[in-house]
Amino acid sequence: MTSVAPVPRLVEQFERGLDAPICLTWELTYACNLACVHCLSSSGKRDPRELTTQQCKDIIDELERMQVFYVNIGGGEPTVRPDFWELVDYATAHHVGVKFSTNGVRITREVAERLAASDYVDVQISLDGATAEVNDAVRGQGSFAMAIRALENLAEAGFSDAKISVVVTRHNVDQLDEFGALAARYGAMLRITRLRPSGRGADVWDELHPTAEQQVQLYDWLVAKGDRVLTGDSFFHLSGLGEPGALAGLNLCGAGRVVCLIDPVGDVYACPFAIHDRFLAGNILSDSGFDNVWKNAPLFRELREPQSAGACSSCGHYDSCRGGCMAAKFFTGLPLDGPDPECVEGYGAPALARERVKPKPSVDHSRRGPVMLKLLTKPPVRLCNESPV
Amino acid sequence: MRGLLIVSAPAAAFDPDLRWRLHHQVAVRPEPFGALLYHFGTRKLTFLKNRTIVEVVNSLSDHPDARSACRAAGIDDAQQAPYLHALGVLAQSKMLVTGEA
Repeated sequence: MTSVAPVPRLVEQFERGLDAPICLTWELTYACNLACVHCLSSSGKRDPRELTTQQCKDIIDELERMQVFYVNIGGGEPTVRPDFWELVDYATAHHVGVKFSTNGVRITREVAERLAASDYVDVQISLDGATAEVNDAVRGQGSFAMAIRALENLAEAGFSDAKISVVVTRHNVDQLDEFGALAARYGAMLRITRLRPSGRGADVWDELHPTAEQQVQLYDWLVAKGDRVLTGDSFFHLSGLGEPGALAGLNLCGAGRVVCLIDPVGDVYACPFAIHDRFLAGNILSDSGFDNVWKNAPLFRELREPQSAGACSSCGHYDSCRGGCMAAKFFTGLPLDGPDPECVEGYGAPALARERVKPKPSVDHSRRGPVMLKLLTKPPVRLCNESPV
Repeated sequence: MRGLLIVSAPAAAFDPDLRWRLHHQVAVRPEPFGALLYHFGTRKLTFLKNRTIVEVVNSLSDHPDARSACRAAGIDDAQQAPYLHALGVLAQSKMLVTGEA
């Protein structure tokens, strides 16, 4: 027999980084019709430096060359970009599959029919409560009805396996079965992910993140029913609650190794939950393209080096949770080489109780209410000072 | 020997004496450890965990049957079981299909 060269475990391979990401999130715009209290990207207003259609297409060409099989498009609300469908068509024509997250605002019957006709587009409707009451408290008045209308339109058009994407909070963790029933009603799949203290999430995390008891409840639910639920490998910080391998997925922080984020202005961050200068690897426009940033950014090279277990090195669960989520630690003001704020051994709670400084956001596109125009109190010196015409 | 794939689905009956090929919607991305396989239709991602299985998968359509593809990659008949199992799992997830290209 030809000797098969010994290969390290896959997880170790992934920790050293791949030649291209497996899972790439691309926030197309910071503009959003909603203002969810936990928005990861602090979205609201469009950034004037947003990538142009041509710049986006150039990035898609590069992703095709790198064989990035699909991108997760989000925002903001990506469908409010006027060139959104053009970019989706361009990507799928160039062998880059698209999965996009939306609050449903533009998923009309007509759009649903178009989506149902494509093999290469996947839709994820965000919903953070199985009832309007729970959902709208987080995502805003009317957002539940809007999401349900989108799901109805997709189901009627024959789009199968749309995803209902839920961020698990203290208020909806008891509704997991109801979410499952909703998904079944619309021929959809349930996807649940972890609430991160990123973006505006930093302001509400203390009140919204599941309690320690709820974390156990969530873990038990995932072990019992998780085989038909997608999680985006989101809950690896809980894997210490049971046998290794009981939770599906790689149970690894993929930031800068197999995962990254491209933001609306072409900045590349280590992961979708880490929009902050600390995790900014570079910019596609000013650093000679995405391939170069992915392969050579000093931040990414650093993340692909062996990481120190720090305060967690003596914990028996370190091999399963690997210290948890870097972004969750950073945005709650905990040291990166210590326990996750939701550590299942309970080491997060005393760390949170100690004095800590939460980092200031370095990017924020939130809307702050209407900006009032001021009328001049004196007549203008020249007409064009007041009127552009 | 550890599994060659990361998926753990039980392999259905896989006939190694047939000609197999990659589904036309499947793309293979080489990686230092082996390769990533992505099916654009089912949106399933699979990892091939060594380079020999990658060689077998890539050359399937050049051979009249899966066994010959394995032999050509240097795997003699006595060592083929884990490779045929891996191919069976790939066939079950529609990454591989039978017949001419």
